[in-house]
Amino acid sequence: MQNVALIIVLAPLVGAIIAGLFPVSRRFAHRVTISAVGLSFFLSLYVFYQIVFGGHEIFNETLYTWLVAGNISLEIGFMIDSLTALMMVVVTFVSWMVHIYTIGYMRDDPGYQRFFSYINLFTFSMLMLVMSNNFVQLFFGWEAVGLVSYLLIGFWYTRETAIYANLKAFLVNRVGDFGFILGIAAVLMTFNSLSYTEVFGLAQAGNYEQTISIFSGTEWSAMTVICILLFIGAMGKSAQFPLHVWLPDSMEGPTPISALIHAATMVTAGIFMVARMSPLFELSETALSFVLVIGAITAFFMGILAIVQNDIKRVVAYSTLSQLGYMTVALGASAYAAGIFHLMTHAFFKALLFLGAGSVIIAMHHEQDMRKMGGLKKYLPITYWTMLIGSLALIGFPGFAGFFSKDAIIEAAHHAYEAERAGAFFAYYAVLLGVFITALYTFRMFFLTFHGKERMDEHTREHLHETPSVVTGPLIALAIPSIFIGMFTISPLLFGHYFDGAIFVEAAHNAFAGHESHSSVAWMIISFIGHGLLQPPFWLALFGFGTAYYFYMIRPDLPGEIVKNIEVPYKILLDKYGFDRFNDWFFAGGARRVGDKFWKMGDIKTIDGLINGTANTIGWFSSVARNVQTGMLYHYAFAMIIGLAVLLGTFVIL
Amino acid sequence: MTDLSLLSVLIWLPILGSLWILIIGDKQATTARPIALAVSLLTFCLSLILYFLFDPTTADMQFTEKLSWIPAFGINYHLGIDGISMPLIILTTFTMVLVVLAGWETIKYKPAQYLGAFLFMEGLMIGVFSALDAILFYVLWEAMLIPMFLIIGIWGGPRRVYATIKFFLYTFFGSVLMLIALLYLYSQADSFSILDYHTLPISLEAQKWIFLAFLVAFAVKVPMWPVHTWLPDAHVEAPTGGSVILAAIMLKMGGYGFLRFSLPITPDASNQFDWLIIALSLIAIIYIAFVALVQKDMKKLIAYSSISHMGFATLGFFIGFMIYKNTNSIDGAVMAIEGGMVQMISHGFISGALFLCVGVLYERLHSRQIADYGGVANVMPRFALFFVLFAMANAGLPATSGFVGEFLIILASFKANFWIAFGAATIMILGAAYTLWMIKRVIYGAVTKDSVASLKDIGGRETLILSVLAIAVLLFGIWPAPLLEVMDVTVQHLVEHILQSKVPAM
Repeated sequence: MQNVALIIVLAPLVGAIIAGLFPVSRRFAHRVTISAVGLSFFLSLYVFYQIVFGGHEIFNETLYTWLVAGNISLEIGFMIDSLTALMMVVVTFVSWMVHIYTIGYMRDDPGYQRFFSYINLFTFSMLMLVMSNNFVQLFFGWEAVGLVSYLLIGFWYTRETAIYANLKAFLVNRVGDFGFILGIAAVLMTFNSLSYTEVFGLAQAGNYEQTISIFSGTEWSAMTVICILLFIGAMGKSAQFPLHVWLPDSMEGPTPISALIHAATMVTAGIFMVARMSPLFELSETALSFVLVIGAITAFFMGILAIVQNDIKRVVAYSTLSQLGYMTVALGASAYAAGIFHLMTHAFFKALLFLGAGSVIIAMHHEQDMRKMGGLKKYLPITYWTMLIGSLALIGFPGFAGFFSKDAIIEAAHHAYEAERAGAFFAYYAVLLGVFITALYTFRMFFLTFHGKERMDEHTREHLHETPSVVTGPLIALAIPSIFIGMFTISPLLFGHYFDGAIFVEAAHNAFAGHESHSSVAWMIISFIGHGLLQPPFWLALFGFGTAYYFYMIRPDLPGEIVKNIEVPYKILLDKYGFDRFNDWFFAGGARRVGDKFWKMGDIKTIDGLINGTANTIGWFSSVARNVQTGMLYHYAFAMIIGLAVLLGTFVIL
Repeated sequence: MTDLSLLSVLIWLPILGSLWILIIGDKQATTARPIALAVSLLTFCLSLILYFLFDPTTADMQFTEKLSWIPAFGINYHLGIDGISMPLIILTTFTMVLVVLAGWETIKYKPAQYLGAFLFMEGLMIGVFSALDAILFYVLWEAMLIPMFLIIGIWGGPRRVYATIKFFLYTFFGSVLMLIALLYLYSQADSFSILDYHTLPISLEAQKWIFLAFLVAFAVKVPMWPVHTWLPDAHVEAPTGGSVILAAIMLKMGGYGFLRFSLPITPDASNQFDWLIIALSLIAIIYIAFVALVQKDMKKLIAYSSISHMGFATLGFFIGFMIYKNTNSIDGAVMAIEGGMVQMISHGFISGALFLCVGVLYERLHSRQIADYGGVANVMPRFALFFVLFAMANAGLPATSGFVGEFLIILASFKANFWIAFGAATIMILGAAYTLWMIKRVIYGAVTKDSVASLKDIGGRETLILSVLAIAVLLFGIWPAPLLEVMDVTVQHLVEHILQSKVPAM
């Protein structure tokens, strides 16, 4: 098992190195990297089978000792349980699809090999992250995916917007990592270990009655401090309010990586991490409420922004923010399994939507503005149908993948609300109303792109045709799980014992405890769908769909009219609530102003001023300087050197 | 092991090599270079023997040599190394090889003297790290300044005179106070042996004065805020090789001084004044990072970044007392000091590499101004790869050596106080901000200037130098265990030692 795990992780790394350092040819680059990820995928399937069906016990082994400082030993190693196995399969599968898709998308790009090298490196980093058995390696993977994300957002580095976006993404993520590293420090302080099993074991044994003094006089429960700090890390990586600002800008990167990194995998690392840390989070109601509220804010308010975007990728990007908010709400409601469930379904249908959007963009000759699209249905039939599947999955149409996972989250929020958890009231209504918003922006995008009047110019229209099979192939491959994955996995993931031993939920927090039934799986799915049809989310989704249909199919003139009447709120939305402007002014600008003041007032004026500020000293300096320029001083100095050598030397010889 | 006299060989080999080159003179620059390279390589290989023969299970001095030098005052030629000095010696010999290579084609003015000065300095620096006699240490410590003074003064930039004098005065002022402290210690112990000072009982009052005298000397070298302003000036004017040695080795002498002198000789005063060092370190980390952010000159930016990163090392060295108070265990303090040591070693690689990278650009365009570049990745892709890698290491990315020290120190200081860890961890954000913002402006973007468009990518020699450093940075990031292993016992011993009061019982 260890060797298999090692190959899964290292194959993409080797691929990245070969493709990156030995640019033999384009074909060579994509063959190497795609084979590497393919190998990882099939081996991951094997591992998944072994863990889930083969009865293999949880794999947890140390690879090597990273360092030993005093009595603390930090080790690198793998832990593979049901949660890890699921993540491995999702990551390698989506990554594989994206690799194949890239052949088509990046065909004419001069940085072809570099791109393949990067995405292979990403796959390696992400696998290191999910397969870790300790906090050090988790942090390594965490930062490594951030690095690759930085490199890929700035892939087209001659574009000013791209290199602005990648710097922003890295720094905002660093703010999250700042919390994360302090969280790891708090874990070490509390448990004197950074290995998962030891930390979780001690936590569950109740060995956490410590407090941390943050402001003198107030003592915080160690577990609350740990969980909130760790979650700040997740807020950066998973783009939760108010650290969400980097994700929309990350769309400056090529579309395949928007699908892979900024929708399906990397941004869900935060969700995965919190689920992994469930034995800790379960011990702090305060932290859970914090998670709940942050998730709800993100789910609701970021969804609204998607309605006003005109760039097709940005709609999908804001949708991703909103869906990540949903997952976070699930975590906050202690429904980690539901969060991971949605993570998985979302990975498929969101990757599909991104790649579909990419397919549209290729066909439109890299035009991303939906106002210049319309009526693309007849030109791009495969893209159209697969995008429709993705959209239905996203809005949670009964039977599609997203339906099961999203309903589970709403159910969990409702449970938390009934259990009177702090913040749950707000969270429940936020995710509920979010369903309407999701349906509205999704089908607004869908109708603007594929239906209605053809608004592109003549030249583009003449060249419109379906994208090549390396593009449509992955779309179809992703469309299949977008339909079926929900109904086939809901039973074990949510109601069964799939996550036993991997995710820990306090009995009182478990939203799905009552659902466990002994009836057949098929009946359970049917009853879940039937139940869903009667619930508000379904009607809200339908209402959202209807609204989109009315505004963009029947009365396409209306949105413009409405906007005229609500100019101020519309501007606020277009301004993304002003976060970017505030951050630029306060943080980026403020830091520069502070730095400038420190430098000029502190260093130059005060410190140097004290030392050589007076005219006399300067005069003295320059008089010395004049002497130096005669060259005499060098002679002195050389004389000193030689004198010293003689002094030391004579006695050594004697 | 005393028979080998390996430390003496390491000290005198480069010095003799240097004299040889100086005698040959500039007429035979073509032979001076290979000689310098051979000498530095041989020194490096010999220093590796230290690593392989080193016994990491003891905190005692190893490879000791002791000869009477000035018997009238009991001054000895006394050498020896432990787990703290050994890695620093290897760092020195390693860096010197790269410096000799880096100046291969670029130094055209008096190349033999340039190389001679460096080799001479190498011997003196190894001497500083291995001296166990206070006077020997002091002499070498001072002497080391002279070649650096020459290097900046002769091969430096336009304001080199101002920079050298500032550099010399600052460091000289600090050293004089150290000498006074050493003479006082001699009067008490009747010996110049540093190891005797370690065990010498000293009253708290005296310890405080000694501590402060040492502090001035070492703080200037590190440099710590507010005695840091000589460093950016010195770096800007120094030739590339000078900057590399300054950043990679000389700054480490300050940190080494704290570990060899301040902490073990005056543990009670260190305990009393730990708040001061912690405060100065945090100011260095945060204040200096903001200053680095607004620099327009790449070398100045990296110089300020060095000060900020060295603030981490000094924080790690002095946070232990608070951790011990909180946890009643030496683990945290050991981790912090080892973190500081790793930070120093790693900073040697990274800052050296960054200065070499700036040197590569400077040789081509004769400008260090960020604004004169932009889009370098388009014309120098291979160089861009290295520069981005080292920048990421400077920003403390895991799997690079830059991460290890910072990580250990943040982990440890959390045990002392939440807010200290909080302040220290801001380097995660600020370090990335100034480093990557520079990268954005220099490496990325479209080429808008003809001068940039004409740049040639790095050649074989430059690639070799940067590759070696890249391997070092990655190796110690992925597997720092060997580095910590050699110092672990020494540091544990040090921590146990400093937690015991040396104030004589009344």
